[in-house]
Amino acid sequence: MRYLTARKRAEGKGASGTGTEHFWYMKMSGVGLALIIPVFLVAFGRAVGGTREEVLATFTHPAMALLTGLVIFFGLRHFAGGAQTMIEDYTHGSTRRALIIFTTILSYGLIATGLFALAKIAL
Amino acid sequence: MVQFTLPKNSKITTGKTWPKPEGASNARKFQIYRWNPDDGQNPRVDTYFVDLDDCGPMVLDALIYIKNKIDPTLTFRRSCREGICGSCAMNIDGINTLACIYGMDEIKGDVKIYPLPHMPVVKDLLPDLTHFYAQHESIMPWLETKTNRPAKEWKQSIEDREKLDGLYECVMCACCSTSCPSYWWNGDKYLGPAALLHAYRWIIDSRDEATGERLDDLEDPFKLYRCHTIMNCTKTCPKGLNPAKAIAEIKKMMVDRHV
Repeated sequence: MRYLTARKRAEGKGASGTGTEHFWYMKMSGVGLALIIPVFLVAFGRAVGGTREEVLATFTHPAMALLTGLVIFFGLRHFAGGAQTMIEDYTHGSTRRALIIFTTILSYGLIATGLFALAKIAL
Repeated sequence: MVQFTLPKNSKITTGKTWPKPEGASNARKFQIYRWNPDDGQNPRVDTYFVDLDDCGPMVLDALIYIKNKIDPTLTFRRSCREGICGSCAMNIDGINTLACIYGMDEIKGDVKIYPLPHMPVVKDLLPDLTHFYAQHESIMPWLETKTNRPAKEWKQSIEDREKLDGLYECVMCACCSTSCPSYWWNGDKYLGPAALLHAYRWIIDSRDEATGERLDDLEDPFKLYRCHTIMNCTKTCPKGLNPAKAIAEIKKMMVDRHV
């Protein structure tokens, strides 16, 4: 039990002065991904079922390699931002901070792995 | 962490069934949440029967009937009886609304009444709105000016005055905020739709000179950006207002400051 006024509880620690950048980034990446993911899925779908050489040829094409790189990078950055929002919604305190650190590491780890694999195929 | 189950002392039990009014040929069944902090018991749902031939058409009329003629211990807030004071906000038939302007004919089957969800309960249908009011106070719901006060009045064009329509009508009943899942999970930090609608009402007021400070105070991942445009607020508002749109306008202004 703490003897705090209702106003002090409502004010909390005030405003952090952040949030808009995250909000705007999610909007921008959402619009960008809505444009590139259908193109990627169509190109990826065409490669499915082909021989190993055909699949490698698809991903070594500069346009497809760039597109795949963009999808991996911005898709996983968008995932990290969305997961952060979800974690902030449903968890509190240390659990919140630990989960945000975990999803950030996970997303950057997947980005690094994906780009490495792509570079190995395309270069 | 979000709680998906009620704590043991909040689990609702079956309550008392009160007898039908004598001679009532047109009785309707009401199931009402009851909880008394003084008796140490769990909350219960009592069943009442209201004689519709002896009662007004609104849910509040039925509650007043029950309090006056069946069970005087039933506790709820009410004042104006015409949707202006916002006192009788409660959850009726699964919808947060004002009992005084919600007709019994709009409900199919038994009438189920609970207090506004996810708020501490003072007693029966009374939610504790202390934090809700403090959040409203924190957005400075008054005209802030820096220019010297004019001799007569702060002038406003007809067009600028029209921008306040759909905002100033809010009666602070808390139906919107208590219907918002984001407010349920993070109500300690997230201001909620009602406070944000009021914040926008002052941000958009052409006479107010603290727009920047007001936006500064809202720029926060929790105060403002917990709104995920779920729009329960707009769906439930008994006054037909659109808090979700007001919040979206604030977000647009925030982005305008950045980009």
